[in-house]
Amino acid sequence: LVGSDEELQQKLAEAILQEKRDFKISIHIATSLPLPSERDHLRPRIDLIVFMIDIKSKYSLKNVEASLAHVDATFFLGKVYFLVTGVGRVNCCSIETNAVCKLGEAYCSPVLFCELELEGVRVATAQRLLRMLQICAGLVPGFSALSFSLLMRNSADD
Amino acid sequence: MDETVAEYIRRTVLKIPRDEIKMMLQKWDFLSEAQLQTVNFHQIKDNISQEVVQLCEENSADIKQAAVLDIIYNHIYQNKRMWSVYQMKKTGEELEYFDLTDFKKKFKRRLRSALKNVTITFREYEDNAIWIRVAWGTPYRQPNQYKPSYVVYHSQTPYVFISASVLKSNLPLLCQALIVASNYHEIREMELRSHSLNSLKDIVFKRYSQNFPTYCPKPLQGKTVEPESVDLRIIHENKSEKERIQRVNQEVFGNGPQPILQFAQYKLETMFKSSPEMDVLDKKEPFRCLVKFSSPHLLESLKSLAPAGMADAPLSPLLTCITQKARNYFRIREKKGLFPDSFVSP
Repeated sequence: LVGSDEELQQKLAEAILQEKRDFKISIHIATSLPLPSERDHLRPRIDLIVFMIDIKSKYSLKNVEASLAHVDATFFLGKVYFLVTGVGRVNCCSIETNAVCKLGEAYCSPVLFCELELEGVRVATAQRLLRMLQICAGLVPGFSALSFSLLMRNSADD
Repeated sequence: MDETVAEYIRRTVLKIPRDEIKMMLQKWDFLSEAQLQTVNFHQIKDNISQEVVQLCEENSADIKQAAVLDIIYNHIYQNKRMWSVYQMKKTGEELEYFDLTDFKKKFKRRLRSALKNVTITFREYEDNAIWIRVAWGTPYRQPNQYKPSYVVYHSQTPYVFISASVLKSNLPLLCQALIVASNYHEIREMELRSHSLNSLKDIVFKRYSQNFPTYCPKPLQGKTVEPESVDLRIIHENKSEKERIQRVNQEVFGNGPQPILQFAQYKLETMFKSSPEMDVLDKKEPFRCLVKFSSPHLLESLKSLAPAGMADAPLSPLLTCITQKARNYFRIREKKGLFPDSFVSP
């Protein structure tokens, strides 16, 4: 989870871990990429990268844009998602949804919108992310990360 | 008792929250304890104030006493007003012994010689603060008691805190009277304003916790202790960056509570810098722009920006110099000469 609001990242991570599943996961929370190289040897394979953009903070968008440059191209075949948070607070929007959607198109990655301050939405988002992670890790037979993300993007356009 | 005085006392009592009326009347010490016992402080405020006015009538209150009640109210609710800070200067004379009676006499004389109709009230407090209330009139009108100015002066310091009334035209006279009474030669307004009088005092008297530059580059040991129940499946990758931010914050803002300011205002008098293709502002006039930051507690929220992931640390020195420079109103001009960068005017 790459984003600038650590508290929210922590809450989301905890919500994901609360969900029932039959595989082991580990969640890395970072403010930006690249990840510190000292810990490279401790990290397992990364299956999914979620960039969290706070719609109330231009700073978070800039942060994400800077981090994208450090992601290997292969990840963009379905293993990168943009999660736009804070959409519940309509009066405090600092970023245009257009800009984020363009970012999603430019990087061939789906954009999800949510409001993590609401527990119900947080749980629902956690469930979605868990499902996506399962697919990206290749644990769902017949479904590849790429095919799933194409599905996501096409349905978002409707 | 004068009708206007009665009305003024009635309205002053109405301002006070019901639970505090008795306490404030006791502080006022104009009505006896026996008289206060006769008032029912549990009824609606309208009735309470009527009963109080009645008692004041019995004691023949005049405007002078009513003004004292007003000072007491404003001393307790000082944060409702906006305060400006003024600094006085002597021309290098030795410190003279401060005589309160002499000060009051000179102040009153100076004001009254210029303006016949003024109400002047003094009240001293334990922290060596002298509170002055001035109600302003004209040669033909009685003073307007509802728009007074308040002055707070700590005699061992060259600083005066003024909450002016809307009638700003009386300010020069007020300032003059202050320097005459306190034996100073000049007075200037500082670019520092806030609702919190105590915070202004903290800033100019340097009572806030000073920030000391840390010479050891290593993070403080033992500050972030891992709780036993931390989930090992969640890994925070940028711990050292977070610690750096905390360290920088501590260096810049210090450890203690921040003075409470509501605004920081930056007036730009710089040229608009755009890429040549945009061709904006042919005439090359300074770009008039005012940037204002507001918050119930500005410095605390600035301090929280970097830890909350909303800004880089360290913040711009324009924001972090506020306490040290004792100002929250800035004018940013173009620096003339070799370096075309903008700088902050002194």
